[in-house]
Amino acid sequence: MAIVTNHEAETTEDAVVPSSRDDAALKADAAAEASGAQAAKTRRGALATSGSPLVRPPAAAHLSDEQVAELGRELDAIKDDILAKRGSSDAAYIRRMIKIQRGLEISGRATLLVSRNKAAWITGTTLLSLAKILENMEIGHNVLHGQWDWMRDPDIHSTTWEWDFVTPARSWQHTHNDLHHRWTNVVGKDNDVGYNLLRMDPQQEWKPFNLGNPLYNAILAPVFEWGIAIYDLELQDYKEGNKSKEALVKDLKALGIKALKQFTKDYAATPAVAMLTGSGKQALYGTLTANAVRNVWAHAVIFCGHFPEGTDTFTEEMVEGETRGDWYVRQMIGSANISGSKFMHLMTGNLSHQIEHHLFPDIPSNRYAEVAPKVQEICKRYGLPYTTGPIWKQVGSTWAKVFKLALPPKKA
Amino acid sequence: MIRLRKLARAASVLTTPLAPEDILSLFNPVFSARQLRGIVTRVVAETADSATIFFRPGRGWKAHQAGQWARIGVELDGVRHWRSYSLSAPAGQDPAITVTDVGAVSGVLVRNTRPGDVLFLAPPQGDFVLPEHPRPLLMLTAGSGITPVMSMVRTLVPHRPDADVVLIHSARTPEDSIFREELSELADQFPNFKVTHWFTGERGRVDFSSAAMLDELCPDWRHRAAYACGPEGFLDDAEALWSAEAAAAAEGSTLTEGSAAGESHQPEGPFAADPINLIIERFTTSLAAGAGHDGGLVTFEASDREVEVDGSTPLLDVGEDAGVLMPSGCRMGICHSCLTPLRAGHVRDLRTGEVHGEPGQLIQTCVSAAAGPVNLDI
Repeated sequence: MAIVTNHEAETTEDAVVPSSRDDAALKADAAAEASGAQAAKTRRGALATSGSPLVRPPAAAHLSDEQVAELGRELDAIKDDILAKRGSSDAAYIRRMIKIQRGLEISGRATLLVSRNKAAWITGTTLLSLAKILENMEIGHNVLHGQWDWMRDPDIHSTTWEWDFVTPARSWQHTHNDLHHRWTNVVGKDNDVGYNLLRMDPQQEWKPFNLGNPLYNAILAPVFEWGIAIYDLELQDYKEGNKSKEALVKDLKALGIKALKQFTKDYAATPAVAMLTGSGKQALYGTLTANAVRNVWAHAVIFCGHFPEGTDTFTEEMVEGETRGDWYVRQMIGSANISGSKFMHLMTGNLSHQIEHHLFPDIPSNRYAEVAPKVQEICKRYGLPYTTGPIWKQVGSTWAKVFKLALPPKKA
Repeated sequence: MIRLRKLARAASVLTTPLAPEDILSLFNPVFSARQLRGIVTRVVAETADSATIFFRPGRGWKAHQAGQWARIGVELDGVRHWRSYSLSAPAGQDPAITVTDVGAVSGVLVRNTRPGDVLFLAPPQGDFVLPEHPRPLLMLTAGSGITPVMSMVRTLVPHRPDADVVLIHSARTPEDSIFREELSELADQFPNFKVTHWFTGERGRVDFSSAAMLDELCPDWRHRAAYACGPEGFLDDAEALWSAEAAAAAEGSTLTEGSAAGESHQPEGPFAADPINLIIERFTTSLAAGAGHDGGLVTFEASDREVEVDGSTPLLDVGEDAGVLMPSGCRMGICHSCLTPLRAGHVRDLRTGEVHGEPGQLIQTCVSAAAGPVNLDI
């Protein structure tokens, strides 16, 4: 237990009395420097309570501050409505999903143990691919967003969950929840715009390297989980001095351990057991295929979230002074949905409701379908685009962008 | 056992990032890598609004001592709630809790629990247990306060011929009196156990304002180790009586000092009325000290949540409502299961109104509210 002199205690207390949020943050930093102690950390990036951003995005330029505020209130009401309804049926939903997923996982893996038989190989690989997709998308992604934290079940909680994906859950939560969801599509702030690898926005400066855009994307798709894992290391931040060496070493260690475990399970332990039936090689191909199928699918779905034609990107001026209403607007016009069957929605982890997910990242995923028509109606009423389309069209649209932006911008 | 654990570790190579228990839980819900669970085996209605729930705990449970309590987690509308309940089963037998419907959680337990249901558990704890060496005992209980004492009576009376137990149990009416028939049967069967049923509906409240009532119901009460369990007022009155008697006895012994009278009473001496010999178990605590004070912004650092709160809501409730996995226990400031490190700010103890807080201090979130901005390391 720390023994603190009165003086320091007072400084700390001073520091966290918020006269205004920014003020408090500055003082907290000052106090941290002064005392060298673990002072209260005040969160940054809070939204303004009124006013408007320096520049409102073109798609929303026709809206007044009051209209944007009203839109914010309407969306808040939709969220409150869901939170009031959330209960035992939602809890039963996620538990059922987890059961189904684990059932698919063990039956798929067990079938691969005898995959010398061709039918067994196909069945096992299919079941395992489905299990991995469900695990990453409908369960892992959403649990790690804290969508199920309200249940207070330590087995299904954003702070305890680990997923069947090479990047460690905690690293991903930082780049995804803290950065991507807060700064959605803001070029320069949200590195999900191209993942530091692809040129996905005309605002990003063209370099000869970008000629390889389609090639990089094609290579990325089947090894997407490794791409994400490297991306989550934030090497760019480290190079620019925004990430300490200790932090990087820590992340590298966590990734090493996680990758080793994942690798052992799929590419050593499962084939080793399958060798008992002479199916070792087939089982290895099975797990390799299942991971690749999941990677290609996740890559496609995730690219459909923010890159299809119709989604906007933003400049830093557009978020300066942003209110909650403007933040909502940016989430809606910067995201795109995928239309399709119930099964397709499930397999995308309900990320096919990307717009709704970005508005309310922490409501249970089974509720997005119910929210979608209300959000669409709001967009229509306020004259905002609501981008959606079948998966083949949206995937085609992202690939078109990948090709188009490989080339330098045309001189005016 | 050790081999099992090795096997589990080997199997985890195939189940990572899950534990083998996570897969086994598909077949038997008692399995969990992270939390202790039990399966309800039997539910017995005791009175109109109380029931005894027997359960079979999974691995990690430890056998209870008579008088201890356990934390039980139940789901209400999909949300996990934890409460502490005394175990009423005798030591050495399968655990059971006896619950009286007094709130949302206990109501669900009493009305909706069925055999086969899963209960979330924490191992039994508590110091309200039988003395190590045989002593004459006096048990004072009111309402559901009989529960831990029932475990003691069931443990001691039928198995120890040398036991000497007097129980005074207060309930509103005979119908409300939990375990009434079993207690009467035990008293008939075992001469070393005496029970007085006191029905407040007929005779008014048990009166601890003077020694008169105890003198009548249990003349040798001053020579017994006493256990009391019941509502707050009942316990406060008992404590006041024991303190007063101890003060009077101290005065008396000063007066008779040198007359050797004290020595001649020595065999009974150690059990004489003394607050030390009154062991109490509280069920509720008044948390009114925060009312009227300002709260502040509470930040749960590791969970990355911020909540603006008033000065009278326990930080435990604040965290739970924000979806933070708060450790919790008795929810009344006695068990220290909820200790959470304070990073910055000050908290108010809701029992006393005292404001305190140093960075790094472990605070009891169940009885502490924000006194200004608070940052917690969770």
